Amino acid sequence: MRGGRLTWFNVTSLALGFAFLYLPMLILVIFSFNDSRLVTVWGGFSTRWYGALLQNQPLMDAAWVTVRIAFVSAALATVLGTLAAVALTRYGRFRGRTLFTGLVYAPMVMPEVITGLALLLLFVAIGLDRGFWTIMLAHTTFTLCFVAVIVQSRLVAFDRSLEEAAQDLGATPLRAFFTVTLPLIAPAVVAGFLLAFTLSLDDLVIASFTSGPGATTLPMRIYSQVRLGVTPEINAASTILIGLVTLALLTAALVTKRRAAR
Amino acid sequence: MPPRPSRLFARLVPAVPFLWLVAFFLVPFLIVLKISLSDPASAQPPYRPVLDWAGGWEGLSAFIAGLDLESFVTLSGDPLYLDALLSSLRIALVGTGLLLAVGYPLAYAMARAPARWRSVLVGLVILPFWTSFLIRIYAWIGILRPDGFLDAALIGLGIISRPLQLLNTETAVLIGLVYAYLPFMVLPLYASLERQDPTLVEAALDLGSTPRRAFWTVTVPLSLPGVVAGSLLCFIPMVGEFVVPDLLGGSETLMIGRTLWSEFFSNRDWPLASAVAIVLLVVLVVPIVIYREAEARRLEAGR
Repeated sequence: MRGGRLTWFNVTSLALGFAFLYLPMLILVIFSFNDSRLVTVWGGFSTRWYGALLQNQPLMDAAWVTVRIAFVSAALATVLGTLAAVALTRYGRFRGRTLFTGLVYAPMVMPEVITGLALLLLFVAIGLDRGFWTIMLAHTTFTLCFVAVIVQSRLVAFDRSLEEAAQDLGATPLRAFFTVTLPLIAPAVVAGFLLAFTLSLDDLVIASFTSGPGATTLPMRIYSQVRLGVTPEINAASTILIGLVTLALLTAALVTKRRAAR
Repeated sequence: MPPRPSRLFARLVPAVPFLWLVAFFLVPFLIVLKISLSDPASAQPPYRPVLDWAGGWEGLSAFIAGLDLESFVTLSGDPLYLDALLSSLRIALVGTGLLLAVGYPLAYAMARAPARWRSVLVGLVILPFWTSFLIRIYAWIGILRPDGFLDAALIGLGIISRPLQLLNTETAVLIGLVYAYLPFMVLPLYASLERQDPTLVEAALDLGSTPRRAFWTVTVPLSLPGVVAGSLLCFIPMVGEFVVPDLLGGSETLMIGRTLWSEFFSNRDWPLASAVAIVLLVVLVVPIVIYREAEARRLEAGR
């Protein structure tokens, strides 16, 4: 669609839409620097809740567990998701393809309570001790589908003759994949990894079902505190998380921009 | 199609993710089905297996003879569960309607914005989706609670004189759902609106159509694939949503995802929780299949 016609209606839609999306988070960030314990009354600028956060050992432990789970599961999901995307775009019609595409798309819309319960019952049935590794397996499973869809949209968009040329020139399919295909889809693979990482970092429901006594993730910890009400400490924790995600996305955007410019 | 490489690697590419998803997504659902047919017990794990695989045919016939569908009988006997399911469907349907009403003007304005702004605008819609769902819902507790930011702002502007008491109502749940799922609605809508050929609307205008008529007879019908994708992408998970009704809905909002959660964690009735999951799955299987078909067609069209 050709653009350039910014009517009043469109400007208002954009302004209202983005205000709706960003105001709640902005309020959260501002009030994390509030000196008062009363969360809606401004009592002066202070960073004391950030200090209190560092002293909160259970919260810090949970954060560390969460980051480790997110890293391992995102790495695994990136490999599996990329393979799934290649299978969906480069293998034509193979046996079980309909089931396969169903299995890739369904976890993305499946209500988390169902996925969580199903995975828990599987872990109980095979007698796996619940904890770090079961959450990791669960997160790999639902995030790999998001990776697959991102990589797939990149794979359908690029010129396939490049791969064929490499193979015609004598490269094995494996070599053609690593020297031609992978560099071309790298931005999508990186984006998939980042998305898998943040989805894992963020997940409450599936982690609650699949965790055991030993492993409490940050969202589980935040959830149990949030149920008791709004606290400035959680505002501070939220601000750090929002800041980290923004930083990661800006870095990713700059990296892809520089790549494109070269 | 290039010559199919018959090497080991080429065979492993589809096999590894396929087997992973079968093991960790398909098989678990079969186990849910099996547990939903067993009887609850105060044991660890808290159910009595009714199906004994080791027993062979005898085990299987004993299983069929002993099949009393106790959990499903409980489900259909207690109006609480039906109410929860119906109110989930209603809330998800109203939420989808609201999302279309909020998301369509936003997506339309994005698609009509100058080309160099568009990628920034898309980035701004995606950004909240990358930040924690839990935190974004949590932010609304402070806004909606009595004497929260919304009440303070509206009273300060003289629009209302008494607090609205929105927290712990269905209105709060709907606000939270629209807020949380807005990126999922806007992105497919934007994708289909951005692809449209603007000369079609111009042609309609040249032929004497009013802008409003051109919008409803040209723009909207052409964006229907985006409307369908966005609506299903929001509707399906919203039916089973847990976090939003739990944090913003208070004790009065009945939603099936919450029922499943409390049957599992509070009542420790695993067979009943599994039966709720099966019922929810049966209700959602049709929209899920339509969604998969729609997505596959969209990808084919993008080729």
